[in-house]
Amino acid sequence: MNSLTNLLGWVDARFPLTKLWKEHLSEYYAPKNFNFWYFFGSLALLVLVIQIVSGIFLTMHYKPDAKLAFYSVEYIMRDVPWGWLIRYIHSTGASMFFVVVYLHMFRGLMYGSYRKPRELIWIFGMCIYLALMAEAFMGYLLPWGQMSYWGAQVIVNLFSAVPFVGPDLSLWIRGDYVISDATLNRFFAFHVAAIPLVLVGLVVAHIIALHEVGSNNPDGVEIKKNKDPVTHIPLDGIPFHPYYTVKDIVGVVVFLMVFSAIVFFSPDLGGYFIEDNNFFPADPLKTPPHIAPVWYFTPFYAVLRAVPPMFGSQFPGVIAMGVAVMIICFLPWLDRSPVKSIRYRGTIYKTALALFVISFFGLGWLGMLPVTPLFTLLSQILTTVYLGFFLLMPWYTKIDKCKPEPERVTG
Amino acid sequence: MSQNEVDRSKRRFLIAATTAVGGVAAAGVAVPFLASWLPSQRAKAAGAPVEVDISKIEPGMILNVGWRGKPVWVVNRTKEMMDLLVKHDDKLSDPKCEVPQQPEYCKSAARSRKEHENILVAVGICTHLGCSPSEKLKAGAEGGMGDDWAGGFFCPCHGSRFDLSGRVFKGSPAPINLEIPPYKYLSDSRILVGDDSKGA
Repeated sequence: MNSLTNLLGWVDARFPLTKLWKEHLSEYYAPKNFNFWYFFGSLALLVLVIQIVSGIFLTMHYKPDAKLAFYSVEYIMRDVPWGWLIRYIHSTGASMFFVVVYLHMFRGLMYGSYRKPRELIWIFGMCIYLALMAEAFMGYLLPWGQMSYWGAQVIVNLFSAVPFVGPDLSLWIRGDYVISDATLNRFFAFHVAAIPLVLVGLVVAHIIALHEVGSNNPDGVEIKKNKDPVTHIPLDGIPFHPYYTVKDIVGVVVFLMVFSAIVFFSPDLGGYFIEDNNFFPADPLKTPPHIAPVWYFTPFYAVLRAVPPMFGSQFPGVIAMGVAVMIICFLPWLDRSPVKSIRYRGTIYKTALALFVISFFGLGWLGMLPVTPLFTLLSQILTTVYLGFFLLMPWYTKIDKCKPEPERVTG
Repeated sequence: MSQNEVDRSKRRFLIAATTAVGGVAAAGVAVPFLASWLPSQRAKAAGAPVEVDISKIEPGMILNVGWRGKPVWVVNRTKEMMDLLVKHDDKLSDPKCEVPQQPEYCKSAARSRKEHENILVAVGICTHLGCSPSEKLKAGAEGGMGDDWAGGFFCPCHGSRFDLSGRVFKGSPAPINLEIPPYKYLSDSRILVGDDSKGA
């Protein structure tokens, strides 16, 4: 034991190991009233690790070549020992990443976690979300199935709607006149190297920023306002380790049960996690009868389709879709409410949030369906509701009748 | 100026100069990396023209050929199909083909070369987001397109509708007509897609 202490002392003199451990775990004081919604941050970290590990092992058998890609995935599924498991872990992990991240973001909406002084945590988080979308989109091309191919075709063509430079821009992104081997290879490079590096860097920034200002909580009150006069430890804070590390393990166990159930019993989840058409190899001459992105993109896809072409260009739809994503970044400055948490907000915000959730699910559902005049009208209504939640926020959060916030957290 | 004093303006100048030179170098190095994304020589070569034998296409039928990796349709339109083309100008976004989506010699209702006006050659890529529309060549309700359907193409992705000349119907998400590629007749039964130069 003594020699171990000596070794630690030797390391600490050269690298701040104990200091880091204390700052981020044993002496990071988190509010004592975390609830169910606070599982999803650590779960997102878990899924990131799952994706990196399973991804590395898939790369050992996968071939990023338009002629070989589809069959190398089939080879992984049929011939590589346990290859099917690694592949299904990776494909399930992709969808579960978004499940966890969407719930994590919704937690922020409910408890005002994006408000001052946590604006940068929110911005870093949004950057993670954008990187995750790029990662998922490029990864979906790699199996080179019909849906991979045509999904990529549709999304890359969004860039050709940009006025003046559009067609050249999409040609530059594809590296060919259509989605081809060149596109597959560069998407592979981004998917396995460039974006994961960015993603890990952003996650580190997200956590450093969080640990600098401290965690929010379901009451939305700052625990740093009430510190013990002697120790200067927040009175409502408890050390992250062991209290929340142990709590999070419970979340991990339950999450892994759900995860395994999907991997083993329904890896394609009825076409939601892996679309049926992706079991056919990519055919540039034949578009599948119905193209829809994977579920986590469908809300924004519905926004894209809801906007009709204007002035002979479909750029307005692309703009609307971009706005629908990017407007989330501005929440810290759109929200003018005197309180953070939904617990002390009035009826107006609660109604607005409920409408927002309905519009998000509704758009997600419409984005999977074929186009009909009725569904287009519905998409237009829900897009208005979605954008209204953000654009009217400065007004309705100001006039909302809030309850007074408590001095201390309420447990 | 004494030995120990800092000449601030010289320092500022040197910092600015080094930053500027470094920035130019960084931009210069970025060029080859960004340019490496452009289509390679091999991709450009694969974009060469293709020859199509049209003698095997029965009236009312379609042949799907690949050019530059894109689907190109060659449709042998019947007399009835041709007659319907001029009857729905009011329903089209661009009936007169004002948007240059076709070579000058195809700027007509038929959108084809005068030698064989009934033969349509079109790039089968929707001008909305690049899906390949399905063929619904037969007029009438048979294909599930409604009673007033004049025959044409339907994009399954976002519901754009085109007539048998590839002209887009109003109310479609696609903003403009389908592209007509440059092409020419090598003989009565052979066309060359992707090249319309005179001679040879």
